[in-house]
Amino acid sequence: MAGWLLRRIGQIIPTLLILSFGIFALQQLMPGDPALILAGEDRGDPVVLAQIRAELMLDRPMWEQYLHWLSRVLVGDFGFSWRIREPVGALILDKLPVTAQLATMSFIIGVVIGVPAGVMSAVWKDKPADWGINAIALFGISMPNFWLGIMMILLFSVQLGWLPPSGYVPLWEDPVQSLATTIMPAFVLGTGVASVLMRHTRAAMLGALTQDYVRTARAKGVAERTVIARHALRNALVPVVTLGTIEFGRLLAGAVLTEQIFSIPGFGKLVVDAVFNRDYPVVQGVVLATALIFVALSLLADILYMLINPRLRNA
Amino acid sequence: MSVAAQSPARRALSTFFRHRLAVFGLVVVAVFVLAAILAPWISPADPLQTSWTAIRRPPSAQYWFGTDENGRDVLSRVLWGARASLMAGIIAVGGAVLIGVPIGLVAGLAGGWIDAIISRIADAMLAVPFLILAIALAAFLGPALENAMLAIAISASPVFVRLARGMAQDAASSDWAEAARAMGNPPWRIALRHVLPNIAPPLLVQATLSIAEAIIAEASLSFLGLGQQPPSPSWGSMLNSAQRFIESAPWLAIFPGLAIFLLVLALNLVGDGLRDALDPRSQKR
Amino acid sequence: MLKKTLLATVLALSAGVADAQNLRIGLREDPDILDPTLARTFVGRIVFSALCDKLFDINERLEIVPQLAESHRWEDNNRTLRLTIRPNLRFHDGEVLDAEAVRYSLNRHLTMQGSFRRAEINVIESIEVVDARTVLIKLREASAPFLSRLTDRAGMLVSPRAAEALGRNFGTRPVCAGPFRFTERVAQDRIVLDRFDGYWNAQNIHVNRVTFLPIPDSTVRLANLQSGALEMVQTIDPDDVPAVRRNNRLRVSMSDELGFQSIQFNVGNGARAQSPIGQDARVRQAFELSIDRAAINQVVYEGMFTPSAQPFPPASPFHLRDFRPEPRNIERARALLREAGVRTPLQVDLTVPNNPDLRQVGEVIQAMAREAGFDVRLNAMEFASSLQAATRGEFEAYLIAWSGRADPDGNIYTFLNSRAPNNDGRYSNPDVDRLLDAARLESDVAKRRDIYARIMEIAVRQDRARIYLWHRRNIVAHTARLTGFAPVADGLIRIQGMRLN
Repeated sequence: MAGWLLRRIGQIIPTLLILSFGIFALQQLMPGDPALILAGEDRGDPVVLAQIRAELMLDRPMWEQYLHWLSRVLVGDFGFSWRIREPVGALILDKLPVTAQLATMSFIIGVVIGVPAGVMSAVWKDKPADWGINAIALFGISMPNFWLGIMMILLFSVQLGWLPPSGYVPLWEDPVQSLATTIMPAFVLGTGVASVLMRHTRAAMLGALTQDYVRTARAKGVAERTVIARHALRNALVPVVTLGTIEFGRLLAGAVLTEQIFSIPGFGKLVVDAVFNRDYPVVQGVVLATALIFVALSLLADILYMLINPRLRNA
Repeated sequence: MSVAAQSPARRALSTFFRHRLAVFGLVVVAVFVLAAILAPWISPADPLQTSWTAIRRPPSAQYWFGTDENGRDVLSRVLWGARASLMAGIIAVGGAVLIGVPIGLVAGLAGGWIDAIISRIADAMLAVPFLILAIALAAFLGPALENAMLAIAISASPVFVRLARGMAQDAASSDWAEAARAMGNPPWRIALRHVLPNIAPPLLVQATLSIAEAIIAEASLSFLGLGQQPPSPSWGSMLNSAQRFIESAPWLAIFPGLAIFLLVLALNLVGDGLRDALDPRSQKR
Repeated sequence: MLKKTLLATVLALSAGVADAQNLRIGLREDPDILDPTLARTFVGRIVFSALCDKLFDINERLEIVPQLAESHRWEDNNRTLRLTIRPNLRFHDGEVLDAEAVRYSLNRHLTMQGSFRRAEINVIESIEVVDARTVLIKLREASAPFLSRLTDRAGMLVSPRAAEALGRNFGTRPVCAGPFRFTERVAQDRIVLDRFDGYWNAQNIHVNRVTFLPIPDSTVRLANLQSGALEMVQTIDPDDVPAVRRNNRLRVSMSDELGFQSIQFNVGNGARAQSPIGQDARVRQAFELSIDRAAINQVVYEGMFTPSAQPFPPASPFHLRDFRPEPRNIERARALLREAGVRTPLQVDLTVPNNPDLRQVGEVIQAMAREAGFDVRLNAMEFASSLQAATRGEFEAYLIAWSGRADPDGNIYTFLNSRAPNNDGRYSNPDVDRLLDAARLESDVAKRRDIYARIMEIAVRQDRARIYLWHRRNIVAHTARLTGFAPVADGLIRIQGMRLN
C-alpha cells in the first residue's frame, strides 16, 4: 500500500511536465499575439511592440521560452501576470481559498441533496416520488446557470434585500458575511452537482438492489433499511465516487459562468480572463494548479475504491 | 409463446416496450429528430426572417413562442435549432463515449503502467481549460459545427475514461469475473461479455447527462466562432443571446431552455428503459 | 421577536450597510496595470482619474483646462511649450512635485521599455527645467494635438522616488498626485483608494474612500446598485435604462462618447483585399447605402446611440455638422452593384467581435445588406484573435470600435494615414496623408475643421475606406444620494465636486 502510494505520487511530476509542455504548445497554436492584445488600442508603436516581445521572450523559439519558464518554476517562481504584473504564485494563492470555499459549499449541497434523492428514487422506483425527483434533477441540469443565478439575485437581493447581490468576503475576515456572499453561487453550482449525483446514485442503487447478496440479506430477514444502507448503497458507490471526485475537481477548477455572474474572484474567472487576454504565465500557473487538484482527486478516488471494494487492494 | 422461448434480444425489446416511460421518452426524442428533419416544412416562419417592426414580442396567437431581438419567430428558431443542438449533443457525446469507454476499459482491466499512463493523461486533460482547446481548434479547423462537436467530444471523453476504468476495476475483481478467468476465457472476452454489460448503466446515465452539457457548450463555442454561426439558430446560442434580455423578454430564454429540458428528460427516460432492458435480473422484481 | 432578530440579521447581511463616506463604483471589467506609462484599458483610465492627476484636463465642452499645470504658453512658432505648474504640489508619498518631477515623468513615458505613451508624445525633442515650477518642452515640429495628449495618461505625473524604487512593478503600488491614494488591490475583486489629504484641490473632494469593483454582467451591476451595494455604475446596457428611470432612488446620466463604432474594409492588406468589396469603392458604397443606422440603433440599442458618418462626436468642436449619414437607399445600392459588374448575391465576410450586442449588430447588417444583394457571412471571433486577423489582413470587413480621444487627430490619423498602425485595411491615398499631416500643424480650430471636412469627402465619400456607424453613449447610473456628478464625453468619472448625502 505504501509503495503504491509512493508510485502514485511519483507519477505526479511527469504528468505535470507533459501537461505544461502541452499547454505551451497549445498556446503557440492559439491565434492572437500577446503583445498586440496587451497593447489593445495603443498598438500604434512598432518599437514598443518589439520591446514588449523582447521583454516577454515572445521573440524566442518555443523551446527556449519553455525551458526558461521551467527553470524559473523549479525555484518556485511562476512568473508574473503580463496584464497586471502581479506574481502568478500570489494570484493563485489568492484565488485558491475563494474557489475552495465555493467548491466545498457547492459540493456539500450537491451531495446532501443528490445522494439521498438518488437512493429514494431507486427505492421508490416507478412510483410518483421517483418521477418527481427525476424531473426536478433533470430540470436542474438543463437550467442554465446564468438564468438561475440572475433570478436568485433579482429575488433575494433586489426584491427582498436579504443577501448581497455579488462580490466576495473572505471567510477569515467576516465568516457570516462570507457565507452570505457565497450561498447563492454555491446553490447554483450545487444544484448541477446534485442532479448528476442523483442520477448516478439512482442507477447504481437499482443495479445493487437486484444483486444476489442483497437478495440473500433480504431472505435472511435483515431489515430493509439496513439492506439499503449497509449492503446496496456501499456497493453502489463506485460510479458515485468517480463522478463525485470529477465534479469536485471541476468545481475547484473554477465555475466560470457562475463566478462571472456573482463577480466571485476565483480560479475560473482568473483563467478565462487570462486566456482572453493571452496572459500566458497566468494560464500556465492555473492549469498546473488545476492538474495537481485532479491528480490528487483521482488518487483519492482510487483510495476510496479500495475502501469500498477490499479485493482491489491486492490488484 | 413462453418467456423461456424468447431470444435475449426479443426479451430485452419487450421489456423496453413494457416500460411506458421509456416509450414516452423514445417518442419525445423521435419528435425532436423529426422536427429537426422536417424543420423546413413545419416551421411557421423563416427562422432567419427579421422583422424590425416586431422585436421582442411576447408569445401570442401569431407568434406562439414570441419573437426574438431581431423580430424572428422563436418557434421556428427552436425547430431549426434542433438540428444543430441534436448534432452537437448526440454526436459529440457519442464520440466521447466511443473514445473514452474503450480506453477506460483497457486502463481498468490492464492495470499497471498502462493504467498509470492513461489515467494521468485523463487527469491532465481534465485540467486543460475547455476554452484553450476551443480557441485553438477554432483557429485551425475553421468555424464549423463539426469542429465544435470534435472539441466537445475531446473534452468530454476523460469523464468516460475515468468512469469506465473505475467500474471495470470493480467488475474485474468480482466473483463471476474470477470464475470466467478460471475457466480460461481470454481478457477481451471477459471485458466484452462480462464487464461491459455491468458498467453500461452508469455510462448510459452519464451519456444522457453529458448531452445537456454539450448542447450548452456548443453555444459558448458558437460565441467564439466555432459552433453554429449566426444567424442560424441553435438552442444554446439562443440561450446565450437571451441573457441580455432576461428581465425584459424572459420567453427568449424559456423556450430553448424548455426544449433542452424535454430532450434531456426524454433521453434519460430512454436510458433508464435501456438499463432495465439490459439488466436481466431487474425483470425478476 | 425571533422574527425581528432574524430580519435584523438578514438586513445586516446584505451589503446595503452603506458608509456615507465610501463611494463604491461598479466597473465593466477589471482594469489592467495601474501604471500610467504601461496602462491601456478604458476602465483603467476611470481609476486613474481618481488616482493620478494630469498636467491638463478636459471639461464638458472638451476644452483643455489646467490641472496640475497652472498656466502654459506656446513659444517659438508653436514649437516650444512653456509650462508652469501649481505651487506646493506633493505626491502621495510626500515627495515634492516640482519641475524636475515633470521632466522625470515625461521622460519615463518616452523611454521606458514597453511604454504605450511613447507614440503619443514622441514629438518631444527635449525637456528643460527652467526653475522649480517651470519647464520648457521643445517639440520637433509644431503639433496641434500635443496639448490634448497631456490631458490623458501621458500627462500623468508619478513620484520619481516610488517609480525608481518599484521600477516596472510601479503599477502594483502606484504613487501619483491625484485626489486619492492607492490602498489595496485584489485582482478581479476590488481596487481601494483613500482620500489624500495633501491634494491641491482638497476642498472639492467630499468622499473619504473610493472602491472600484469589477462586475462584468450588466444586469448584476445594476442589481448591486438597486440593492444599495454600489453607489454608482460606470455603464449599463441601454435595455436597462428604463428600469433605472422607473426607480426614484436612482439617477441615470448619459453623454455621447468621444469614440465611434465603424466598419473597416480591407482595401490593400494582402490577398483578402482582392475581393470586389476591397477593390471597388462602388461596392462599398452600395454596402453603406444598404444599412440604416437609425434602425440598427433602434433594434439593438433602444435608439440611445447617435448615428453618425464621421469620427468626430457631436460634443467635439471639430464635429462636421454638414457631414451626415446618407439615408438608406436600396435602389441606388443595387444600381451601384450592377454598375460595378459584380454577380449578386455578393459574398462579404464581416468579422465581428464576440460581444452579444455587436453580434446582434452583425445580424441586423446581414439582414439589411441582403436586400441590396449582399450575402454577408458573419465571422464571430474573440477579441484577441480578431485583432491579429485584422493586423494580418485576414478579413474583408471588420466591425470595430474606437474609444475616442479628445483631440480629433486621435480619432482619425491612426486609421486613415497610409502607414498608420490602426489602418488594418491599408487604405492609402496621398492626398489624405498630406491633409492629415497638415491638420496636425494647424492650430486654428475653424481652419483645421475645414481640413478634416476635406479628408472626409475624399476618404469616406469618395474612397469609402470605412463606414462610420454611430457614437455610443456613456450611460452612468447612480444613487439619488449622490450629487455633483458632471458627465464629460470622455466617459471618465471625476470625483471632484461629488457628494454622498
